[in-house]
Amino acid sequence: MGEEEPELDGRRIAAEARDRVRFEEEALALADQVYRVARRLVGTREEAEDLVQDTYGRAFRSWRSYTPGTNLRAWLLRILTNLNLDRGRKVQRTPDMQPIEEGDYYLANKMADSQGEQVLDQERVVEKLSQDSIVTALAALPHDFRDTVVLVDIGEFSYADAAEILDIPIGTVMSRLHRGRRLLKQTLAEEAIS
Amino acid sequence: MSHGPCDACEELLQGYLDRELTDGEVLQAESHLDGCDYCRRRYRFEASLRQYVQTTAVERMPVGLMEKLTQLRSADG
Repeated sequence: MGEEEPELDGRRIAAEARDRVRFEEEALALADQVYRVARRLVGTREEAEDLVQDTYGRAFRSWRSYTPGTNLRAWLLRILTNLNLDRGRKVQRTPDMQPIEEGDYYLANKMADSQGEQVLDQERVVEKLSQDSIVTALAALPHDFRDTVVLVDIGEFSYADAAEILDIPIGTVMSRLHRGRRLLKQTLAEEAIS
Repeated sequence: MSHGPCDACEELLQGYLDRELTDGEVLQAESHLDGCDYCRRRYRFEASLRQYVQTTAVERMPVGLMEKLTQLRSADG
């Protein structure tokens, strides 16, 4: 019996090494998607690069805590959003109490008001908004709103995945998303009609 | 101008675009959109805005980052 153990150990080590390699390859295959989200969560390309590197460093060290078959991209983003919080991003309380008067149709209504209802039928009407203005408006959102909007609208995560990643209730995801998108449209409307 | 039933539609629109509504809510939103030009225009606008934001805000990973990440894998292995 004592003689079998080294062989068993050897097999276990080999199996673990294979699992690890597989994990690393799967994680690396998602790097571009992880970066896209990271880039919109922070202000600069350099910060995004650092954040993604730290995320992968931590992920590779704690790969055993990932459950195979679950959503790896969400698992990586959870590490990333936590690191982003830890990196002393300025504590900024979400203005949850501050009412956002404008509705979801605000931007569309503004454009229709200034150019007539039919303008909305034009296929490329949204392209009146410059790419810069969209990036700037996203960056200007309060952190909590931005995290949620970026995860759902850029990362294409479900409400449930976003809730899991940010460790907040799904109802909070919905309200932050709602308010974040409204704020975004208010900012865009200023440009669209000016 | 009052939009009675449109207020309910506006309420459902974001969830509809996110495909996060219940079957009942989807029916409610779609039956309203079928009969309402005002909301249908806004639905199309919101859908293209969503897509535009997504494509506009996407920035590809910088060249060289993948290599740095790949180097991390053997760091303690």
